[in-house]
Amino acid sequence: MSDDLYREVILDHYKNPRGYGPLEEADARAEGMNPLCGDEVTIAVAFDGDGDTISDVRFEGRGCAISQAATSMLMEMVEGRSADEVAAMPKEELLEEVAIPLTPVRLKCALLGLGVLKVALHRAKGTPLPAEWAGADEIDFK
Amino acid sequence: MAVTARPKLDPRKLRADFPIFEQTVNGKPLSYLDSAVTAQKPRQVLDALRTFYETSYGNVHRGVYYLSERATEGYEGAREKVRGFINAPATREVVFTRGTTEGLNLVAYAWGLTNLGPGDLVLVTELEHHSNFVPWQYVAARTGAGFRMLRLTDGGELDLSGLDAIAGEGSVKVVATNLVSNSLGTVNPIERLSAWAHEHGAIMVVDAAQAAPHRAIDVQALGCDFLAFSAHKMCGPTSVGAVWGHGALLEAMEPFNLGGHMIRRVTFEKTTWGELPHKFEAGTAPIAEAVGLGAAIDYVEDVGLEAIEAHEHELLTYALERLSDLPGLVLYGPPPERRAGIISFNVEGIHPHDVAQVLDMEGVAIRAGHHCCQPLMDRLGVVATNRASFYLYTLPEEIDRLVDGLHRVRKILG
Repeated sequence: MSDDLYREVILDHYKNPRGYGPLEEADARAEGMNPLCGDEVTIAVAFDGDGDTISDVRFEGRGCAISQAATSMLMEMVEGRSADEVAAMPKEELLEEVAIPLTPVRLKCALLGLGVLKVALHRAKGTPLPAEWAGADEIDFK
Repeated sequence: MAVTARPKLDPRKLRADFPIFEQTVNGKPLSYLDSAVTAQKPRQVLDALRTFYETSYGNVHRGVYYLSERATEGYEGAREKVRGFINAPATREVVFTRGTTEGLNLVAYAWGLTNLGPGDLVLVTELEHHSNFVPWQYVAARTGAGFRMLRLTDGGELDLSGLDAIAGEGSVKVVATNLVSNSLGTVNPIERLSAWAHEHGAIMVVDAAQAAPHRAIDVQALGCDFLAFSAHKMCGPTSVGAVWGHGALLEAMEPFNLGGHMIRRVTFEKTTWGELPHKFEAGTAPIAEAVGLGAAIDYVEDVGLEAIEAHEHELLTYALERLSDLPGLVLYGPPPERRAGIISFNVEGIHPHDVAQVLDMEGVAIRAGHHCCQPLMDRLGVVATNRASFYLYTLPEEIDRLVDGLHRVRKILG
């Protein structure tokens, strides 16, 4: 089916991204840019009183439909979960949600947001970074 | 009365030579509009490779036996074909490489490291592919020479008015530029730049990767000192190309890759280099690949380089016409009279990757990215563009499919 990649749910998240916008009182923040294609994503996280549950998470960015849509889906997936849980979230979990066939090149687009989120959590809470995930060495993190 | 007919090629007939076009992509016919990245291969080249391996393969130059002789004939025969293809004055001035990138690195390292120093300038252009940019940047830094970049006009052509200012800043020793830009298709005035380079005591190094497959090359007419190109962009196999250089320069140069075959005599105390071209061909050569390059030269010369250039020019004009009808399309590069069959463009508001992805669904293959020209992308103010490029097997209906596909891009992604 020729609309496999750009199925409605992807286009919806691309045109109406969830959790989009700045977060003033953020506890954790990180930026990532893929210089090969120009996708960029900034993620800001706020924790609950317990300092561990993600109470608010927002992103800003620009780039291809896959990178922005996947990040938008990610925002919905992580709200209310603990930092440790999200830091350990396998990439397959996000990819299952995105649910489209992705070549290695587009895989990097889909996983950009997840990488940025994990870097933000690592910085704020010292949660572990995964040993390797697709193309992370090519991303410029700030 | 003599009538000079414009050379014509029949892309439909030529297409039948290419087995890969028999397949469909996502149920659609394959519209391969990415020959600038690499060209597809005709049966004639594939058969030449196979036949060579089946009948004449052996290692070259060293053997006394029959197969070695046959292989050497094939390999050296291909070298002579390259000489003729670019009208080089002597066969020994043609060095087989792994491709254009290796050829340019060879010149940068083997000529640059010993001939450049503080006070010298290396000049590249804003149009350069990284392979004719980064080696020079690196060697300049290593030797303490200055590194300069000739800028473009807003129309995507070299701003030659910038040359004199650059010459005032030091002693220009290298001018390195592509003959045809792989991103914008700009055709650069090499003859003029060679003359300018020589006036200033500089060598002229030409990246012909994008030019050699698509137009007749004559290194003597171009007036350059070095010229590099690849087989795979001109219907030949990957992993082989050639760099040509003036014999006197090559002889004076240090070697590049060292080891077997490029020596005359090796002792513990000292090693002496072999003669040209062997001095620059260390290790086992890309033997069959060179034969494949020879077959590719035969193929494109048979089609006719002038005919190829004319065919692509027609397609280019048609494509620019059809694309300018699309709203929200940004086209980059000079007008058709001064460019080759390459078009970089962007669809306003839509990321190049998404454009290329939707086009892929329609069986249309174009490239999305920076095309190994990040300095150029910076100048254009973008991170990436979409690029469509043509070759001897491209049909006008493939351009129609590109345009239809771009309508679909709008429809799906807004």
